[in-house]
Amino acid sequence: MRVPENDAKNDAPVHSLSNLNLETPEKPYLDSNELVINMGPQHPATHGVLRVILKLDGEKILGTECIIGYLHRGVEKIAENRTYTMFNPYVDRMDYCAAVSNGLGYCEAVEKLLNVEAPPRAQYIRVILTELQRLASHLLWLGTHALDIGAMTPLFYTFRDREEVLKIFEKYCGARLTTHAFRIGGCQYETYAGFENDVKKFLTFFAPKIGEYETLLTSNRIWLDRTKNIGVISAADAVALGVTGPVLRASGVKWDLRKAQPYANYSKFDFEIPVGTNGDTYDRYLVRVAEMRQSIRIIEQAVGGIPEGPIMAKVPKVIKPPAGEIYHSIEAPKGELGYFIVSDGSTQPYRLRVRPPSFVNLQALDLMVRGALVADVVAVIGTIDIVLGEVDR
Amino acid sequence: MPNFIMSYLGSTVTPGQAGSQFWALIYVLVIFAGVSLIVVCMNWLERKALAHFQIRLGPMRVGPHGLLQPIADALKLMLKEDIIPTEADQFVFWVAPMIGLIASFTVYIVIPFGPSQAVTDMNIGILFMLGVSSLGALGIIVAGWSSNSHYPLLGALRSSAQTVSYEIAMGMTVISAILMTSMNATGTGTLSMLEIVRAQQQQGIWFIFKFFPLGLIAFVIFAIAMVAETNRAPFDMAEAESELTAGFHTEYSGLRWSLFMLAEYAAMIAISSIGVTLWLGGWMRPFPNLLHAPAWDFIFSLFPGLTFGGLAAIAFIGTARMPSHSFFKIQRIGLALFAALLGFIALLLLVIAVAGRAADTSVAARFSEGIGNVYWFLLKVAIFMYLFIWYRATWPRYRFDQLMQIGWKVMLPISLGVLMLTAIVGVIVS
Repeated sequence: MRVPENDAKNDAPVHSLSNLNLETPEKPYLDSNELVINMGPQHPATHGVLRVILKLDGEKILGTECIIGYLHRGVEKIAENRTYTMFNPYVDRMDYCAAVSNGLGYCEAVEKLLNVEAPPRAQYIRVILTELQRLASHLLWLGTHALDIGAMTPLFYTFRDREEVLKIFEKYCGARLTTHAFRIGGCQYETYAGFENDVKKFLTFFAPKIGEYETLLTSNRIWLDRTKNIGVISAADAVALGVTGPVLRASGVKWDLRKAQPYANYSKFDFEIPVGTNGDTYDRYLVRVAEMRQSIRIIEQAVGGIPEGPIMAKVPKVIKPPAGEIYHSIEAPKGELGYFIVSDGSTQPYRLRVRPPSFVNLQALDLMVRGALVADVVAVIGTIDIVLGEVDR
Repeated sequence: MPNFIMSYLGSTVTPGQAGSQFWALIYVLVIFAGVSLIVVCMNWLERKALAHFQIRLGPMRVGPHGLLQPIADALKLMLKEDIIPTEADQFVFWVAPMIGLIASFTVYIVIPFGPSQAVTDMNIGILFMLGVSSLGALGIIVAGWSSNSHYPLLGALRSSAQTVSYEIAMGMTVISAILMTSMNATGTGTLSMLEIVRAQQQQGIWFIFKFFPLGLIAFVIFAIAMVAETNRAPFDMAEAESELTAGFHTEYSGLRWSLFMLAEYAAMIAISSIGVTLWLGGWMRPFPNLLHAPAWDFIFSLFPGLTFGGLAAIAFIGTARMPSHSFFKIQRIGLALFAALLGFIALLLLVIAVAGRAADTSVAARFSEGIGNVYWFLLKVAIFMYLFIWYRATWPRYRFDQLMQIGWKVMLPISLGVLMLTAIVGVIVS
């Protein structure tokens, strides 16, 4: 019944689906050794409707189990009943904090299937918007992560700056959150007059703001205490679990799809991949902050060199890719976002599978928090940067 | 009757010392009403100050600049359904907020707002204060336990451990302040709140500057322990919002919940008052020894009036800056009335100050002095209260074990060291 203190991991019963032994103890009351509590689905720090069952000894975590699916909308099944074009807006609803990145991944996957390539001008617009989206997503993460750890104020600063990104999106395509900015074969919309100017103005406004957040947090004594050596994941463990994105890079693995398998036209830009060393919460914080600076670099290069030309490749009105299958992945703000599409030659995908970064990264939660305290669970959920729309799909 | 009142206004001792139960009762009522009013103001101020730290406006809709927001909140809380969870221990659940409230209000009996502006003066005043104020933790523990729910239980356990460990460091610093009181002419220390302030008066120094830097270090430790004692950020483990949803009061709602809030803020004011009494010279105005000419006395006695005048001016400027749209007409009138009220109070205070100067021994002089005492005391407390808000806006939250580590491994040794050094220095100096 009871999990031995040193050997919590090997105690899971063979028949149980759960990795926690959640049966009622023999003595229902007065058994003060363990406490099973539900964190979520309604909880301020689970970023939506994640439910984590925590098994506690005092405040020490003996084990966790994530219960997901509260936001399951069957996105992959919906894809089988929609044409390729009709499904495009649905991908925005997965990681709703980084809708542009989702759209980019999907459009590129279908383009790969169709064997067309977006024209250079469209590529540039795509890169600018996607990197702006990365900034917005990281800003949202930074604010909520700090809020989870108890620092209220950065949230409002990051939201102020994220607002500027959303304004650019709104001006470009009319939507702020679920943008539906790209189409298969390029972009639907030409840049509006003054687009470059707006982006440049945002960059000059935003670059010093990163320093502002860093003054509040980076060398803050309490922040260091709360994040250093918390939720450590080694490079080997991270690779074994399939963790990607900043979480992987903070463990010291230099793996970024923008460099490893350049898509769009990322190979044209000069940027670095920030890497951490310890794989703890603090390193993940530093990696993401450094990534914001790199994104600024990419946008600066891209916005200066948008070529003239068409924004849409020659794509038939009715998209009917040849039978076959394709896997295409991009580096979304949260990690590797992959689309696996099986086409049977009709207008609708035969099967569409999404590899969402949040879902895969969330697996690492249990490994990262065992033996830690309740407060660390909150910090680690924040640092993995999950969006439940993407976890559950 | 007027003679009765007037005789009291001329008194120089507290009602408790004078044995006047009637005036003691009046004082208790005034303090209860006053503290409740200050808590309401704090509610508004905290929301406004926090909002401005966070580039927001804060409450703006209910009344001009949200001035009536606390009243609206209080009304809402009173009208809310009073839920007691079926699984809860009904009686204990009911009694828990009372314990917290009674503990934090009882403390005010011995807080000296002035030499005669206290309900009574106990010879063990500081012990009484520390003892009763730490009873507030009992309310939290009992609330967490009786809710019969996991998060409140965790919050309550955290709170009890935290209060116990920080009380020790706090007690050590209090003892070093008490040691300092024995440095006056008579050579005996005191536990009485009034006498602690008088000792600072006699020695001509606030204890924060006594045996520099010993007093300062002890004060800083006290100030940190104070935040931990009242469960405020960055030590708000007991109600850590992002971890324990709302901590010990998760299951509470409506009026019961508001009693917890009232108790929390009352405890903040009470513990700040201890800090002011011990380290910042209580009711004494700044530089009572350096600038002791009657002219200076008069200038400092103008401060309360000038403060209210300043507030009135701010309110008038706010009125002038209100949008001219007719939608804001009522708000504009309301704010103007509020400004006029503040201005009237300012005028009254100034008149009393001037009248007090004209005749030294008159009732007006005593009255003016009393106002000055309370004013300086409350101003010092207000600084602490502002710091509470500032901490909350700036810092992340400590983790529970880190908090305990700081309490036992850092604060306790330092406060013990300060205590011993204070004793040694005290012996050498005397």
